[in-house]
Amino acid sequence: MRYHTPTSFADAAAIAAKATGTLRFLAGGTDVLVQMRAGMVQPDDLIDLKHIPGVDQIVQTPDGGWKIGIAVPGIVLGGHEGLVRDWPGVVEGMNLVGSTQVQGRATLAGNLCNGSPAADSVPGLIAAGAVVTVTGPNGSREMPVEAVPAGPGKTNLAKGEVISSITLPPRGNNGGDCYLRFIPRTEMDIAVVGCAVSLRLDGDKVAEARVALGAVAPTVILSEAAAQAIIGTVLDDAALAALAKAAEGAAKPISDKRGTKEFRIEVAGVLARRAARIACDRAKGMGK
Amino acid sequence: MSKIHVSTTVNGDPVEFLADPRETLLDALRNQLDLTGTKEGCGTGDCGACSVTVDGTLVCSCLMLAAEANGKRVETIEGMAREELHPLQRKFIEHAALQCGYCTPGILVAAKALLERNPDPTDTEVRYWLAGNLCRCTGYDKIIRAVQDAAAEMRQDHRGAA
Repeated sequence: MRYHTPTSFADAAAIAAKATGTLRFLAGGTDVLVQMRAGMVQPDDLIDLKHIPGVDQIVQTPDGGWKIGIAVPGIVLGGHEGLVRDWPGVVEGMNLVGSTQVQGRATLAGNLCNGSPAADSVPGLIAAGAVVTVTGPNGSREMPVEAVPAGPGKTNLAKGEVISSITLPPRGNNGGDCYLRFIPRTEMDIAVVGCAVSLRLDGDKVAEARVALGAVAPTVILSEAAAQAIIGTVLDDAALAALAKAAEGAAKPISDKRGTKEFRIEVAGVLARRAARIACDRAKGMGK
Repeated sequence: MSKIHVSTTVNGDPVEFLADPRETLLDALRNQLDLTGTKEGCGTGDCGACSVTVDGTLVCSCLMLAAEANGKRVETIEGMAREELHPLQRKFIEHAALQCGYCTPGILVAAKALLERNPDPTDTEVRYWLAGNLCRCTGYDKIIRAVQDAAAEMRQDHRGAA
């Protein structure tokens, strides 16, 4: 195995484009090292991205959004006041990934590129409308986060392409978000179902909303129907019931050891309802 | 396979060694530097027996390549006791917060990292912080009590010194 430490994303993409064998990018390594140890992946080339300037930084963009470096670990996100204030749902999703030790290494970009449908940080990013910058051999392009996963363990990145940053839009006024997951215990488990809701209020009414569901399809999904169920409403019982029904309709899960198909569909509705309420409270400045 | 020259500090001492590109920090600590206090439990980041801090951040040394430690500051269980045992070590003995002891170095390193960030945690905060450290002997209650007792003593000492 060749271990590379490029100092620019252009160099990383050039190494990746030339690689002929198995290739992995290394950010936090909390998935890659496990896969290497299990023998699932034996990279010929391993490209450590942490020597690239800026990858450990969180920077506010001129319009008030946040640009997050691809090597920023969960524990740093959780300790960042501005990010916690603006996007608590994104931060709480990432902070559910693994233990304290894993939080010291694991990254948003890694969680996204690992391609798990149950990735806890991904629904929050999608609901927030986050965008990734992708650097390839022919330059950079932007992709919405929901366009990145292609299926379990697979992404839509082309050969030689690597995520070079993640950008959250400006939160703006009267906005709130939330991520909830169901697991059968309280910590250290993989989501049976996850749901993130981000919304903006105009007076009492929901003016904008995005609803993302995890672990109920081959990828994390964005449900337009679930968002439409609450837009224009005051999030009363009727609207929450419509949201739950839409989330149940969007969920296309499988039955496995962590939950049956029927259970997951029901829980998708329950979590959507609860997450929307919390996001709404946060938008009103009432939530934590 | 060409080896990678790694230069780092471990418990304050500068060290240099040659690492295989696939070698984990855990393997390098144990096999190259003879620091066998750090244990391998699962090797996949689930059990926390291999906990160390790198530049002050608590990590699983099995989930990190030795090459990634280049230029970093690593602290292991061997660096915990100075002239005498660290209060956490002493309280673990007093409260019998260990039986077989295999998980203990990782739990001590993790608990020390917690108390540096939060000198007065709630039981719940201790339990969540240590959720990534598995112990199959004690049932955890004694561990939580030992950590809290050590925290109380360290707060007392801190006040005494101030």
